[in-house]
Amino acid sequence: MTAAPKEISATGMAARTAAILFVFVIIFTGLLSGAYLWTKPAIEASAAEEKMKLVDEVLPRAEYDNALLEDTATLPPMPELGLADATTLYRARKDGQPVALVFETVAPDGYAGKIKLIVAVRADGQVAGVRVTQHKETPGLGDYIEPRKDKNKDHPWITQYTGLSLARNPEGEWKVKKDGGRLDYHAGATVTPRAVSKAVLKAVKWAEANRNQLFANAGATK
Amino acid sequence: MITRDEFRTIAGNGVWKQNTSIVQILGLCPLLAVTTNAVNGIMLSLATILVMAISNLAVASLRNFIPHEIRIPVFILIVAALVTVVDLLFNANLHELYLVLGIFIPLIVTNCIVLARVEAFAAKNPPLQSTFDGIFMGVGMLWTLALLGAMREFLGSGTLLGGIDMVFPSLHPIRLLPESYPGFLLALLPPGAFILLGCMIAWKNWMDARAAQRANRQPPAPVATAGCH
Repeated sequence: MTAAPKEISATGMAARTAAILFVFVIIFTGLLSGAYLWTKPAIEASAAEEKMKLVDEVLPRAEYDNALLEDTATLPPMPELGLADATTLYRARKDGQPVALVFETVAPDGYAGKIKLIVAVRADGQVAGVRVTQHKETPGLGDYIEPRKDKNKDHPWITQYTGLSLARNPEGEWKVKKDGGRLDYHAGATVTPRAVSKAVLKAVKWAEANRNQLFANAGATK
Repeated sequence: MITRDEFRTIAGNGVWKQNTSIVQILGLCPLLAVTTNAVNGIMLSLATILVMAISNLAVASLRNFIPHEIRIPVFILIVAALVTVVDLLFNANLHELYLVLGIFIPLIVTNCIVLARVEAFAAKNPPLQSTFDGIFMGVGMLWTLALLGAMREFLGSGTLLGGIDMVFPSLHPIRLLPESYPGFLLALLPPGAFILLGCMIAWKNWMDARAAQRANRQPPAPVATAGCH
């Protein structure tokens, strides 16, 4: 009876191992959540700042005088624009008059999945600017849709949408040259610009159709 | 503490003798993906150096508490948690740098070299040595990826240091070949990376063989590689 079992049974061993693993999981999950909670405010602040920088790229700040990031409308998920989640639309005004709508859209059919875009459409239906916010296109091939990666620094590819409007450019022109439109593309990567062009056209059409409704309730912003 | 000789061995192994990319042939997935130019390769390597140093340090410090049977899940847990924490801290506190390096941090997940070093080195050695091992393995990866990236970029698009303006906005890529250079797509695509990597491995083996011949001894046997890529 005095000889205490030196050998731990298989079950005991398994339980001990499981307990150790459990302790490790607890510690590192705790570490993770701690880091997440601690960094959350700072990350959100810099995300808002990024957003404003992005808006500046599609719409010059001189064109409007309202607090753009506060004059928002929440859009429900819109499958026609490729948006699976609710998004925020920003309204630019000058002296209370509508200037432009800034909103997100998604090209669902990029070469490597979705291409997220931010589009600014002026009140007269003209495209003020388009920028890619997120994409997974092939580096060195399809990523010229991002001005930073575009070799043409003076007129990056994405800027050719600026100034297009449905009033002056019939739908057929909103395509890459290969498909009979007016938009340039780089040989070897046509799927990407095709997807972007389609999405921009859709977004402009949607903005045209809903403009009045979107600019309405000016004072009723949150 | 660490002796001079130990340090020299660790550094030599990391940078040349057991170079991750051209001797151990590990971490090919990120290697193929990012080395379309030298800057990307350097950035990924810097992020990897950081993560390997931290994870090696953590595992080496905890190595006596980790049962042998469950070491792999625990290592993965530690590495994954630390990578995420590094990612979050970067995003919050060094946002400018995060915009440059940040996209490479999740890519480290695809790099088994981190786990390989944790398992092969940090699990058996003291924290200080392990930290150095992580750093120098990363340095070995740094020069290999930088060289490979530079070659692919030069052949593929005729430039050098493309994307440097992302890191230092005042600098511009250097154009080595005239603007009319049509580009060589193969070099930019993954097969081009394989071909050039093969050339680098051959070059490394040739250098070793020549050094061995000069020293009048047998060339070293190729190091057996682990089974993960």
